[in-house]
Amino acid sequence: MRFVRNNKLLSFAIVLVASQVLLALLAPWLGFQDPYNQVMVQRMKSPNTLNLLGTDHLGRDVLARIVHGYRTSLFSSGLAVAFSLLVGGTLGILSAYYRGWFDRIVMRLMDILFAFPIMLLAIAVIAIIGPSQWGAAIAIAIVYIPIFARLLRGPSLVICESEYVLSAKAIGAGDGRIVFLHILPNLASVILVQSSLLLSAAILVEASLSFLGLGAQPPVPSLGLALSEGRNFLLLSPWPAVFSGFAILFLSFGFNLLGDAVRDTLDPRLRSHNTIN
Amino acid sequence: MTSRQFFNRLLDLLIVLFGVSIIVFLIIRLIPGDAVAIMLGANTEITDVGLAELKARLGLDQPMIVQYWHWIGNAVTGDFGESIWTGRPVISEIAANMWPTIELTLLATLLGAGLSVPIGCFMAQTRGSASEVTVRMFAIAGLTIPSFWLGIVSIFLVAKFLPGTSMLGYVPFTEDPIENLQRMILPVIALALPMLANLSRLIRSAMLDALNQDYIRTAKAKGAGRRRIVYKHALRNALIPFITSVGVSTGYLLGGSIVIEQVFAIPGLGRLVLGAIAERNYPLVQATVLVMTTAFVLVNFIVDLLYAIIDPRIRTGAHGAAT
Repeated sequence: MRFVRNNKLLSFAIVLVASQVLLALLAPWLGFQDPYNQVMVQRMKSPNTLNLLGTDHLGRDVLARIVHGYRTSLFSSGLAVAFSLLVGGTLGILSAYYRGWFDRIVMRLMDILFAFPIMLLAIAVIAIIGPSQWGAAIAIAIVYIPIFARLLRGPSLVICESEYVLSAKAIGAGDGRIVFLHILPNLASVILVQSSLLLSAAILVEASLSFLGLGAQPPVPSLGLALSEGRNFLLLSPWPAVFSGFAILFLSFGFNLLGDAVRDTLDPRLRSHNTIN
Repeated sequence: MTSRQFFNRLLDLLIVLFGVSIIVFLIIRLIPGDAVAIMLGANTEITDVGLAELKARLGLDQPMIVQYWHWIGNAVTGDFGESIWTGRPVISEIAANMWPTIELTLLATLLGAGLSVPIGCFMAQTRGSASEVTVRMFAIAGLTIPSFWLGIVSIFLVAKFLPGTSMLGYVPFTEDPIENLQRMILPVIALALPMLANLSRLIRSAMLDALNQDYIRTAKAKGAGRRRIVYKHALRNALIPFITSVGVSTGYLLGGSIVIEQVFAIPGLGRLVLGAIAERNYPLVQATVLVMTTAFVLVNFIVDLLYAIIDPRIRTGAHGAAT
Protein backbone atom coordinates (compact mmCIF):
# COMPACT_ATOMS: atom_id res chain seq x y z
CA MET A 1 0.00 0.00 0.00
CA ARG A 2 2.72 2.40 1.00
CA PHE A 3 4.60 1.70 -2.20
CA VAL A 4 1.57 2.62 -4.29
CA ARG A 5 0.90 5.74 -2.28
CA ASN A 6 4.49 6.85 -2.53
CA ASN A 7 4.45 6.28 -6.23
CA LYS A 8 1.33 8.39 -6.54
CA LEU A 9 3.17 11.12 -4.73
CA LEU A 10 6.22 10.54 -6.89
CA SER A 11 4.26 10.73 -10.13
CA PHE A 12 2.56 13.90 -8.94
CA ALA A 13 5.96 15.41 -8.14
CA ILE A 14 7.39 14.37 -11.50
CA VAL A 15 4.46 15.90 -13.37
CA LEU A 16 4.73 19.11 -11.35
CA VAL A 17 8.48 19.46 -11.96
CA ALA A 18 8.51 18.27 -15.56
CA SER A 19 5.71 20.59 -16.65
CA GLN A 20 7.46 23.63 -15.18
CA VAL A 21 10.89 22.69 -16.50
CA LEU A 22 9.51 21.99 -19.98
CA LEU A 23 7.63 25.28 -19.92
CA ALA A 24 10.89 27.05 -19.10
CA LEU A 25 12.96 25.19 -21.69
CA LEU A 26 10.46 25.60 -24.52
CA ALA A 27 9.22 29.08 -23.57
CA PRO A 28 10.50 30.91 -26.70
CA TRP A 29 8.72 28.45 -29.00
CA LEU A 30 5.37 28.13 -27.27
CA GLY A 31 3.85 31.30 -28.65
CA PHE A 32 3.96 33.40 -25.49
CA GLN A 33 4.10 37.16 -25.91
CA ASP A 34 7.41 38.98 -25.93
CA PRO A 35 8.33 39.38 -22.25
CA TYR A 36 10.18 42.63 -23.02
CA ASN A 37 7.40 44.24 -25.03
CA GLN A 38 6.00 47.27 -23.21
CA VAL A 39 2.48 48.39 -24.09
CA MET A 40 2.03 51.60 -22.14
CA VAL A 41 -1.72 51.85 -22.70
CA GLN A 42 -2.13 48.33 -21.30
CA ARG A 43 -0.43 48.94 -17.94
CA MET A 44 -1.49 47.10 -14.77
CA LYS A 45 -4.40 45.25 -16.34
CA SER A 46 -6.15 42.51 -14.39
CA PRO A 47 -6.21 39.06 -15.98
CA ASN A 48 -8.16 39.14 -19.25
CA THR A 49 -8.42 37.18 -22.48
CA LEU A 50 -5.45 38.97 -24.09
CA ASN A 51 -3.20 38.77 -21.04
CA LEU A 52 -4.18 35.65 -19.13
CA LEU A 53 -2.39 36.78 -15.95
CA GLY A 54 -2.71 40.52 -16.57
CA THR A 55 0.07 43.02 -17.25
CA ASP A 56 2.70 44.68 -15.06
CA HIS A 57 3.48 48.35 -14.40
CA LEU A 58 5.17 48.69 -17.81
CA GLY A 59 2.37 46.94 -19.70
CA ARG A 60 4.32 43.71 -20.17
CA ASP A 61 2.48 40.39 -20.23
CA VAL A 62 2.78 38.80 -16.77
CA LEU A 63 2.40 35.24 -18.06
CA ALA A 64 5.27 35.69 -20.52
CA ARG A 65 7.39 37.34 -17.80
CA ILE A 66 6.73 34.41 -15.46
CA VAL A 67 7.50 31.69 -18.01
CA HIS A 68 10.72 33.44 -18.99
CA GLY A 69 11.35 34.11 -15.30
CA TYR A 70 11.37 30.33 -14.83
CA ARG A 71 14.25 30.22 -17.30
CA THR A 72 16.23 32.82 -15.35
CA SER A 73 15.52 31.12 -12.05
CA LEU A 74 16.35 27.61 -13.25
CA PHE A 75 19.46 28.88 -15.02
CA SER A 76 20.98 30.41 -11.88
CA SER A 77 19.87 27.79 -9.39
CA GLY A 78 20.52 24.83 -11.69
CA LEU A 79 23.99 26.04 -12.57
CA ALA A 80 24.71 26.67 -8.89
CA VAL A 81 23.59 23.21 -7.78
CA ALA A 82 25.48 21.48 -10.62
CA PHE A 83 28.70 23.35 -9.86
CA SER A 84 28.52 22.87 -6.10
CA LEU A 85 27.69 19.19 -6.56
CA LEU A 86 30.75 18.80 -8.75
CA VAL A 87 33.16 20.65 -6.45
CA GLY A 88 31.62 19.90 -3.04
CA GLY A 89 30.75 16.32 -3.94
CA THR A 90 34.27 15.63 -5.21
CA LEU A 91 35.77 17.08 -2.04
CA GLY A 92 33.42 15.02 0.13
CA ILE A 93 34.13 11.75 -1.67
CA LEU A 94 37.89 12.28 -1.76
CA SER A 95 37.92 13.24 1.93
CA ALA A 96 36.19 9.99 2.78
CA TYR A 97 38.45 8.01 0.46
CA TYR A 98 41.83 9.41 1.47
CA ARG A 99 41.03 10.30 5.11
CA GLY A 100 44.00 11.56 7.10
CA TRP A 101 45.30 15.09 6.75
CA PHE A 102 43.51 15.71 3.45
CA ASP A 103 40.17 14.95 5.09
CA ARG A 104 40.97 17.06 8.12
CA ILE A 105 41.99 20.11 6.13
CA VAL A 106 39.13 19.93 3.64
CA MET A 107 36.52 19.41 6.31
CA ARG A 108 37.90 22.25 8.41
CA LEU A 109 37.61 24.55 5.40
CA MET A 110 34.06 23.34 4.87
CA ASP A 111 33.26 23.99 8.55
CA ILE A 112 34.44 27.55 8.09
CA LEU A 113 32.30 28.17 5.00
CA PHE A 114 29.42 26.43 6.75
CA ALA A 115 29.71 28.84 9.67
CA PHE A 116 28.21 31.69 7.63
CA PRO A 117 24.44 32.10 7.46
CA ILE A 118 23.62 31.12 3.85
CA MET A 119 22.02 34.35 2.69
CA LEU A 120 24.74 36.42 4.31
CA LEU A 121 27.56 34.52 2.59
CA ALA A 122 25.74 34.72 -0.73
CA ILE A 123 25.34 38.48 -0.29
CA ALA A 124 29.01 38.86 0.66
CA VAL A 125 30.06 36.94 -2.46
CA ILE A 126 27.86 39.17 -4.61
CA ALA A 127 29.37 42.23 -2.94
CA ILE A 128 32.66 41.00 -4.39
CA ILE A 129 31.67 39.89 -7.88
CA GLY A 130 28.77 42.24 -8.52
CA PRO A 131 25.05 41.60 -9.02
CA SER A 132 23.89 39.62 -12.06
CA GLN A 133 22.35 36.26 -12.97
CA TRP A 134 25.86 34.82 -13.04
CA GLY A 135 26.73 36.50 -9.75
CA ALA A 136 23.74 34.86 -8.09
CA ALA A 137 24.68 31.48 -9.57
CA ILE A 138 28.29 31.73 -8.34
CA ALA A 139 27.22 32.95 -4.91
CA ILE A 140 24.76 30.09 -4.42
CA ALA A 141 27.32 27.60 -5.73
CA ILE A 142 29.92 28.71 -3.18
CA VAL A 143 27.39 28.56 -0.37
CA TYR A 144 26.33 25.02 -1.34
CA ILE A 145 29.83 23.54 -1.73
CA PRO A 146 30.24 22.74 1.99
CA ILE A 147 26.72 21.36 2.15
CA PHE A 148 27.35 18.86 -0.66
CA ALA A 149 30.78 17.99 0.74
CA ARG A 150 29.24 17.09 4.10
CA LEU A 151 26.25 15.31 2.60
CA LEU A 152 28.40 13.03 0.44
CA ARG A 153 31.27 12.46 2.86
CA GLY A 154 29.13 10.54 5.36
CA PRO A 155 27.74 7.90 2.99
CA SER A 156 31.12 7.69 1.21
CA LEU A 157 32.81 6.80 4.50
CA VAL A 158 30.39 3.90 4.92
CA ILE A 159 30.97 2.73 1.35
CA CYS A 160 34.76 2.98 1.70
CA GLU A 161 34.56 0.61 4.66
CA SER A 162 32.43 -1.89 2.76
CA GLU A 163 33.75 -5.28 1.77
CA TYR A 164 33.44 -4.72 -1.95
CA VAL A 165 35.66 -1.64 -1.81
CA LEU A 166 38.14 -3.46 0.41
CA SER A 167 38.25 -6.40 -1.99
CA ALA A 168 38.59 -4.07 -4.98
CA LYS A 169 41.59 -2.55 -3.23
CA ALA A 170 42.92 -6.00 -2.42
CA ILE A 171 42.96 -7.06 -6.07
CA GLY A 172 44.82 -3.87 -6.89
CA ALA A 173 42.16 -1.61 -8.41
CA GLY A 174 43.36 1.97 -8.83
CA ASP A 175 41.91 4.94 -6.96
CA GLY A 176 40.07 6.25 -10.01
CA ARG A 177 38.48 2.90 -10.74
CA ILE A 178 37.29 2.50 -7.15
CA VAL A 179 35.89 6.02 -6.95
CA PHE A 180 34.09 5.94 -10.29
CA LEU A 181 33.02 2.30 -10.45
CA HIS A 182 32.37 1.43 -6.83
CA ILE A 183 31.74 4.53 -4.77
CA LEU A 184 29.94 6.86 -7.19
CA PRO A 185 27.21 4.44 -8.34
CA ASN A 186 26.34 3.73 -4.73
CA LEU A 187 25.94 7.41 -4.04
CA ALA A 188 23.51 7.90 -6.94
CA SER A 189 20.35 7.91 -4.84
CA VAL A 190 21.78 10.30 -2.24
CA ILE A 191 22.95 12.63 -5.00
CA LEU A 192 19.60 12.53 -6.78
CA VAL A 193 17.61 13.22 -3.63
CA GLN A 194 19.85 15.93 -2.22
CA SER A 195 20.26 17.73 -5.55
CA SER A 196 16.52 17.95 -5.88
CA LEU A 197 16.06 19.22 -2.31
CA LEU A 198 18.90 21.72 -2.63
CA LEU A 199 17.62 22.91 -5.99
CA SER A 200 14.32 23.64 -4.28
CA ALA A 201 16.15 25.74 -1.68
CA ALA A 202 18.40 27.36 -4.31
CA ILE A 203 15.33 28.57 -6.19
CA LEU A 204 14.24 30.41 -3.05
CA VAL A 205 17.71 31.87 -2.46
CA GLU A 206 17.89 33.03 -6.08
CA ALA A 207 14.45 34.62 -5.77
CA SER A 208 15.49 36.37 -2.56
CA LEU A 209 18.70 37.65 -4.12
CA SER A 210 16.97 39.05 -7.19
CA PHE A 211 14.26 40.48 -4.95
CA LEU A 212 17.02 42.40 -3.16
CA GLY A 213 18.41 43.60 -6.50
CA LEU A 214 21.46 41.33 -6.17
CA GLY A 215 20.53 38.81 -8.86
CA ALA A 216 19.16 39.26 -12.37
CA GLN A 217 18.99 42.93 -13.34
CA PRO A 218 16.10 44.68 -15.11
CA PRO A 219 14.76 44.26 -17.72
CA VAL A 220 15.58 40.52 -17.54
CA PRO A 221 12.41 38.60 -16.64
CA SER A 222 12.96 37.30 -13.12
CA LEU A 223 10.49 36.04 -10.54
CA GLY A 224 12.20 37.71 -7.58
CA LEU A 225 12.59 40.97 -9.46
CA ALA A 226 8.92 40.89 -10.48
CA LEU A 227 8.01 40.67 -6.79
CA SER A 228 10.11 43.66 -5.82
CA GLU A 229 8.77 45.73 -8.74
CA GLY A 230 5.22 44.56 -8.18
CA ARG A 231 5.29 45.46 -4.52
CA ASN A 232 5.41 49.18 -5.35
CA PHE A 233 2.10 48.93 -7.17
CA LEU A 234 0.33 46.49 -4.87
CA LEU A 235 -2.79 48.50 -4.22
CA LEU A 236 -3.16 49.44 -7.88
CA SER A 237 -2.56 45.96 -9.23
CA PRO A 238 -1.54 43.05 -7.02
CA TRP A 239 -1.45 40.52 -9.88
CA PRO A 240 2.22 40.60 -10.95
CA ALA A 241 3.39 40.17 -7.33
CA VAL A 242 0.78 37.53 -6.51
CA PHE A 243 1.38 35.38 -9.58
CA SER A 244 5.18 35.64 -9.43
CA GLY A 245 5.06 34.51 -5.82
CA PHE A 246 2.93 31.51 -6.74
CA ALA A 247 5.38 30.70 -9.54
CA ILE A 248 8.33 30.65 -7.10
CA LEU A 249 6.30 28.57 -4.66
CA PHE A 250 5.25 25.97 -7.26
CA LEU A 251 8.76 25.65 -8.67
CA SER A 252 10.42 25.25 -5.28
CA PHE A 253 7.59 23.05 -3.99
CA GLY A 254 7.87 20.72 -6.98
CA PHE A 255 11.58 20.02 -6.50
CA ASN A 256 11.21 19.60 -2.76
CA LEU A 257 8.36 17.14 -3.16
CA LEU A 258 10.31 15.32 -5.87
CA GLY A 259 13.36 14.91 -3.63
CA ASP A 260 11.17 13.74 -0.78
CA ALA A 261 9.22 11.24 -2.88
CA VAL A 262 12.34 9.86 -4.57
CA ARG A 263 13.93 9.31 -1.18
CA ASP A 264 10.94 7.35 0.04
CA THR A 265 10.77 5.26 -3.07
CA LEU A 266 14.45 4.45 -3.37
CA ASP A 267 15.24 3.95 0.24
CA PRO A 268 12.67 4.30 3.01
CA ARG A 269 15.44 3.96 5.57
CA LEU A 270 16.88 7.28 4.50
CA ARG A 271 13.67 8.89 5.59
CA SER A 272 14.42 11.84 7.73
CA HIS A 273 13.13 15.33 7.77
CA ASN A 274 13.99 17.96 5.27
CA THR A 275 16.31 20.74 6.22
CA ILE A 276 16.52 24.29 5.16
CA ASN A 277 18.58 27.20 6.08
CA MET B 1 30.72 17.20 29.38
CA THR B 2 34.21 16.69 30.61
CA SER B 3 36.51 19.68 30.72
CA ARG B 4 38.55 18.06 27.98
CA GLN B 5 35.53 17.90 25.69
CA PHE B 6 34.76 21.49 26.56
CA PHE B 7 38.23 22.67 25.60
CA ASN B 8 38.10 20.71 22.35
CA ARG B 9 34.86 22.43 21.45
CA LEU B 10 36.36 25.77 22.41
CA LEU B 11 39.36 25.10 20.18
CA ASP B 12 37.04 24.19 17.28
CA LEU B 13 35.16 27.40 17.87
CA LEU B 14 38.32 29.49 17.77
CA ILE B 15 39.55 27.82 14.58
CA VAL B 16 36.23 28.42 12.85
CA LEU B 17 36.11 32.04 13.97
CA PHE B 18 39.69 32.53 12.78
CA GLY B 19 38.78 31.11 9.35
CA VAL B 20 35.64 33.23 9.19
CA SER B 21 37.66 36.35 9.99
CA ILE B 22 40.13 35.58 7.18
CA ILE B 23 37.32 35.18 4.64
CA VAL B 24 35.68 38.41 5.78
CA PHE B 25 39.05 40.17 5.72
CA LEU B 26 39.54 39.02 2.12
CA ILE B 27 36.18 40.43 0.89
CA ILE B 28 37.60 43.88 0.23
CA ARG B 29 40.79 42.45 -1.30
CA LEU B 30 39.06 40.07 -3.69
CA ILE B 31 37.07 42.75 -5.46
CA PRO B 32 38.26 42.77 -9.07
CA GLY B 33 40.03 45.99 -9.92
CA ASP B 34 40.97 48.60 -7.39
CA ALA B 35 38.45 48.40 -4.55
CA VAL B 36 39.49 51.81 -3.32
CA ALA B 37 38.86 53.42 -6.70
CA ILE B 38 35.46 51.70 -6.82
CA MET B 39 34.63 53.00 -3.36
CA LEU B 40 35.64 56.53 -4.25
CA GLY B 41 34.05 56.34 -7.67
CA ALA B 42 30.60 55.78 -6.22
CA ASN B 43 30.38 59.29 -4.83
CA THR B 44 33.23 61.57 -5.84
CA GLU B 45 35.70 62.15 -8.58
CA ILE B 46 38.85 60.10 -8.30
CA THR B 47 42.08 61.91 -7.67
CA ASP B 48 45.43 60.28 -7.06
CA VAL B 49 45.74 62.10 -3.76
CA GLY B 50 42.30 60.99 -2.62
CA LEU B 51 43.08 57.44 -3.67
CA ALA B 52 46.35 57.32 -1.74
CA GLU B 53 44.74 58.94 1.25
CA LEU B 54 41.88 56.45 1.45
CA LYS B 55 44.28 53.59 0.87
CA ALA B 56 46.40 54.72 3.77
CA ARG B 57 43.33 55.23 5.93
CA LEU B 58 42.21 51.67 5.22
CA GLY B 59 45.77 50.42 5.66
CA LEU B 60 45.71 48.91 2.18
CA ASP B 61 49.23 50.14 1.42
CA GLN B 62 50.78 47.65 3.84
CA PRO B 63 51.62 43.93 3.42
CA MET B 64 48.64 41.56 3.76
CA ILE B 65 49.69 39.96 7.03
CA VAL B 66 50.24 43.34 8.67
CA GLN B 67 46.85 44.44 7.34
CA TYR B 68 45.13 41.38 8.77
CA TRP B 69 46.88 41.72 12.10
CA HIS B 70 45.78 45.34 12.44
CA TRP B 71 42.28 44.65 11.26
CA ILE B 72 41.61 41.66 13.52
CA GLY B 73 43.37 43.30 16.47
CA ASN B 74 41.07 46.28 16.17
CA ALA B 75 38.02 44.15 15.41
CA VAL B 76 38.21 42.15 18.63
CA THR B 77 38.12 45.39 20.58
CA GLY B 78 35.08 46.47 18.57
CA ASP B 79 36.98 48.97 16.43
CA PHE B 80 36.03 48.48 12.79
CA GLY B 81 37.20 51.89 11.70
CA GLU B 82 35.01 54.68 10.45
CA SER B 83 32.26 54.50 7.91
CA ILE B 84 33.65 55.97 4.70
CA TRP B 85 30.78 58.28 3.96
CA THR B 86 29.29 59.28 7.29
CA GLY B 87 32.57 59.32 9.20
CA ARG B 88 30.83 57.69 12.18
CA PRO B 89 32.52 54.68 13.76
CA VAL B 90 31.32 51.51 12.01
CA ILE B 91 30.64 49.87 15.35
CA SER B 92 28.14 52.54 16.35
CA GLU B 93 26.31 52.10 13.03
CA ILE B 94 26.05 48.42 13.84
CA ALA B 95 24.96 49.10 17.41
CA ALA B 96 22.27 51.47 16.16
CA ASN B 97 20.87 48.89 13.73
CA MET B 98 21.32 45.82 15.88
CA TRP B 99 18.18 45.84 18.04
CA PRO B 100 15.52 45.47 15.35
CA THR B 101 17.33 42.40 13.97
CA ILE B 102 17.80 40.88 17.41
CA GLU B 103 14.16 41.45 18.29
CA LEU B 104 12.97 40.05 14.95
CA THR B 105 15.12 36.93 15.23
CA LEU B 106 14.27 36.35 18.87
CA LEU B 107 10.51 36.71 18.41
CA ALA B 108 10.56 34.51 15.30
CA THR B 109 12.50 31.83 17.21
CA LEU B 110 10.03 32.00 20.08
CA LEU B 111 7.06 31.73 17.73
CA GLY B 112 8.54 29.08 15.42
CA ALA B 113 10.13 26.88 18.06
CA GLY B 114 7.38 27.44 20.64
CA LEU B 115 4.48 26.49 18.40
CA SER B 116 6.31 23.62 16.73
CA VAL B 117 6.43 21.52 19.92
CA PRO B 118 2.66 21.25 20.50
CA ILE B 119 1.97 21.00 16.75
CA GLY B 120 4.61 18.30 16.27
CA CYS B 121 3.36 16.33 19.28
CA PHE B 122 -0.19 16.59 18.01
CA MET B 123 0.86 15.38 14.57
CA ALA B 124 2.78 12.45 16.06
CA GLN B 125 -0.22 11.30 18.06
CA THR B 126 -2.76 11.59 15.26
CA ARG B 127 -0.88 9.81 12.61
CA GLY B 128 -2.71 7.90 9.96
CA SER B 129 -2.42 7.44 6.26
CA ALA B 130 -4.50 10.45 5.26
CA SER B 131 -3.00 12.83 7.77
CA GLU B 132 0.52 11.74 6.89
CA VAL B 133 0.26 13.00 3.32
CA THR B 134 -1.45 16.20 4.46
CA VAL B 135 1.23 16.83 7.07
CA ARG B 136 3.94 16.30 4.52
CA MET B 137 2.31 18.61 1.96
CA PHE B 138 1.86 21.37 4.52
CA ALA B 139 5.40 20.99 5.80
CA ILE B 140 6.87 21.20 2.30
CA ALA B 141 4.62 24.13 1.42
CA GLY B 142 5.75 25.88 4.61
CA LEU B 143 9.37 25.29 3.68
CA THR B 144 9.08 26.43 0.09
CA ILE B 145 6.79 29.44 0.45
CA PRO B 146 8.96 32.53 -0.15
CA SER B 147 8.79 34.40 3.15
CA PHE B 148 9.20 37.79 1.51
CA TRP B 149 6.24 37.05 -0.71
CA LEU B 150 4.21 36.11 2.34
CA GLY B 151 5.25 39.46 3.82
CA ILE B 152 4.22 41.39 0.72
CA VAL B 153 0.87 39.64 0.45
CA SER B 154 0.16 40.22 4.14
CA ILE B 155 0.97 43.94 3.76
CA PHE B 156 -1.43 44.07 0.83
CA LEU B 157 -4.22 42.30 2.70
CA VAL B 158 -3.88 44.47 5.81
CA ALA B 159 -3.72 47.65 3.72
CA LYS B 160 -6.83 46.59 1.86
CA PHE B 161 -8.99 45.36 4.72
CA LEU B 162 -7.63 47.26 7.73
CA PRO B 163 -6.68 50.58 6.18
CA GLY B 164 -4.78 52.94 8.45
CA THR B 165 -2.96 50.18 10.35
CA SER B 166 0.72 51.03 10.67
CA MET B 167 2.81 47.98 9.85
CA LEU B 168 5.97 49.28 8.19
CA GLY B 169 9.06 50.67 9.89
CA TYR B 170 10.26 50.17 13.43
CA VAL B 171 9.43 51.79 16.75
CA PRO B 172 11.87 50.96 19.59
CA PHE B 173 10.30 48.83 22.33
CA THR B 174 11.45 51.29 24.99
CA GLU B 175 9.59 54.10 23.24
CA ASP B 176 6.24 52.46 22.68
CA PRO B 177 5.99 48.74 23.47
CA ILE B 178 2.53 48.28 21.95
CA GLU B 179 3.36 50.06 18.71
CA ASN B 180 6.62 48.09 18.58
CA LEU B 181 4.90 44.72 18.90
CA GLN B 182 2.10 45.68 16.54
CA ARG B 183 4.61 46.42 13.78
CA MET B 184 6.53 43.23 14.54
CA ILE B 185 3.54 40.90 14.08
CA LEU B 186 3.61 40.52 10.29
CA PRO B 187 7.40 40.33 9.82
CA VAL B 188 7.76 37.83 12.65
CA ILE B 189 5.04 35.56 11.22
CA ALA B 190 6.55 35.73 7.73
CA LEU B 191 9.99 34.90 9.09
CA ALA B 192 8.86 32.16 11.47
CA LEU B 193 6.63 30.14 9.14
CA PRO B 194 9.32 28.12 7.31
CA MET B 195 11.02 27.46 10.65
CA LEU B 196 7.71 26.36 12.16
CA ALA B 197 7.09 23.97 9.26
CA ASN B 198 10.59 22.53 9.52
CA LEU B 199 10.60 22.13 13.30
CA SER B 200 7.09 20.69 13.66
CA ARG B 201 7.96 18.04 11.15
CA LEU B 202 11.18 17.31 12.99
CA ILE B 203 9.40 17.06 16.36
CA ARG B 204 6.82 14.77 14.79
CA SER B 205 9.35 12.30 13.41
CA ALA B 206 11.54 12.46 16.53
CA MET B 207 8.47 11.79 18.68
CA LEU B 208 7.46 8.83 16.52
CA ASP B 209 10.99 7.48 16.87
CA ALA B 210 11.01 8.02 20.61
CA LEU B 211 7.58 6.47 21.11
CA ASN B 212 8.87 3.25 19.52
CA GLN B 213 11.71 2.85 21.98
CA ASP B 214 11.97 0.22 24.70
CA TYR B 215 11.88 2.72 27.55
CA ILE B 216 8.41 3.81 26.43
CA ARG B 217 7.22 0.23 26.62
CA THR B 218 8.75 -0.04 30.07
CA ALA B 219 7.05 3.18 31.15
CA LYS B 220 3.75 1.86 29.83
CA ALA B 221 4.27 -1.45 31.61
CA LYS B 222 4.88 0.40 34.84
CA GLY B 223 1.52 2.02 34.36
CA ALA B 224 2.61 5.55 33.55
CA GLY B 225 -0.16 7.71 32.14
CA ARG B 226 -0.32 8.66 28.48
CA ARG B 227 0.39 12.31 29.22
CA ARG B 228 3.41 11.43 31.33
CA ILE B 229 4.76 9.09 28.67
CA VAL B 230 4.39 11.63 25.87
CA TYR B 231 5.67 14.70 27.65
CA LYS B 232 8.12 13.33 30.18
CA HIS B 233 9.71 10.38 28.39
CA ALA B 234 9.27 10.82 24.65
CA LEU B 235 9.44 14.60 24.35
CA ARG B 236 12.60 14.88 26.38
CA ASN B 237 14.38 12.59 23.94
CA ALA B 238 12.81 14.24 20.93
CA LEU B 239 14.12 17.59 22.12
CA ILE B 240 17.73 16.66 21.43
CA PRO B 241 17.63 16.87 17.61
CA PHE B 242 15.16 19.73 18.03
CA ILE B 243 17.62 21.93 19.89
CA THR B 244 20.34 21.53 17.26
CA SER B 245 17.83 22.48 14.61
CA VAL B 246 16.80 25.58 16.51
CA GLY B 247 20.48 26.56 16.66
CA VAL B 248 20.98 25.98 12.96
CA SER B 249 17.77 27.88 12.25
CA THR B 250 19.25 31.07 13.69
CA GLY B 251 21.39 31.18 10.57
CA TYR B 252 18.32 30.92 8.43
CA LEU B 253 16.58 33.59 10.51
CA LEU B 254 19.51 36.01 10.32
CA GLY B 255 19.63 35.53 6.55
CA GLY B 256 15.86 35.68 6.22
CA SER B 257 15.72 38.85 8.29
CA ILE B 258 17.85 40.61 5.65
CA VAL B 259 15.03 40.09 3.16
CA ILE B 260 12.16 40.63 5.60
CA GLU B 261 13.68 43.90 6.87
CA GLN B 262 13.72 45.09 3.29
CA VAL B 263 10.04 44.18 2.82
CA PHE B 264 8.86 45.86 6.02
CA ALA B 265 11.31 48.79 5.97
CA ILE B 266 12.84 47.77 9.31
CA PRO B 267 16.17 49.51 9.96
CA GLY B 268 18.15 46.43 11.05
CA LEU B 269 21.48 44.85 10.20
CA GLY B 270 20.10 43.48 6.93
CA ARG B 271 19.21 46.94 5.67
CA LEU B 272 22.57 48.17 6.91
CA VAL B 273 24.53 45.59 4.94
CA LEU B 274 22.43 46.05 1.78
CA GLY B 275 22.83 49.82 2.00
CA ALA B 276 26.54 49.39 2.53
CA ILE B 277 26.81 47.20 -0.59
CA ALA B 278 24.83 49.72 -2.63
CA GLU B 279 27.14 52.58 -1.64
CA ARG B 280 30.24 50.36 -1.77
CA ASN B 281 31.07 50.99 1.84
CA TYR B 282 33.11 47.79 2.13
CA PRO B 283 34.44 48.22 5.69
CA LEU B 284 30.83 48.40 6.85
CA VAL B 285 29.95 45.30 4.78
CA GLN B 286 32.87 43.43 6.37
CA ALA B 287 31.99 44.48 9.90
CA THR B 288 28.30 43.56 9.54
CA VAL B 289 29.05 40.17 7.99
CA LEU B 290 31.60 39.44 10.71
CA VAL B 291 29.28 40.44 13.55
CA MET B 292 26.30 38.46 12.21
CA THR B 293 28.37 35.35 11.49
CA THR B 294 30.07 35.47 14.87
CA ALA B 295 26.66 35.71 16.52
CA PHE B 296 25.50 32.66 14.57
CA VAL B 297 28.61 30.65 15.45
CA LEU B 298 28.32 31.57 19.13
CA VAL B 299 24.64 30.61 19.26
CA ASN B 300 25.52 27.18 17.92
CA PHE B 301 28.37 26.85 20.40
CA ILE B 302 25.98 27.57 23.23
CA VAL B 303 23.48 25.08 21.77
CA ASP B 304 26.25 22.50 21.81
CA LEU B 305 26.82 23.17 25.50
CA LEU B 306 23.07 23.04 26.18
CA TYR B 307 23.08 19.48 24.91
CA ALA B 308 25.12 18.39 27.83
CA ILE B 309 22.48 19.72 30.20
CA ILE B 310 19.60 17.98 28.43
CA ASP B 311 21.40 14.77 27.61
CA PRO B 312 23.24 13.28 30.60
CA ARG B 313 24.86 10.70 28.29
CA ILE B 314 26.97 13.51 26.82
CA ARG B 315 27.64 15.15 30.17
CA THR B 316 29.15 12.01 31.60
CA GLY B 317 30.67 10.91 28.33
CA ALA B 318 28.93 7.56 28.78
CA HIS B 319 27.88 7.24 25.15
CA GLY B 320 31.10 8.50 23.68
CA ALA B 321 31.23 12.01 22.36
CA ALA B 322 28.03 12.52 20.42
CA THR B 323 28.57 15.49 18.22
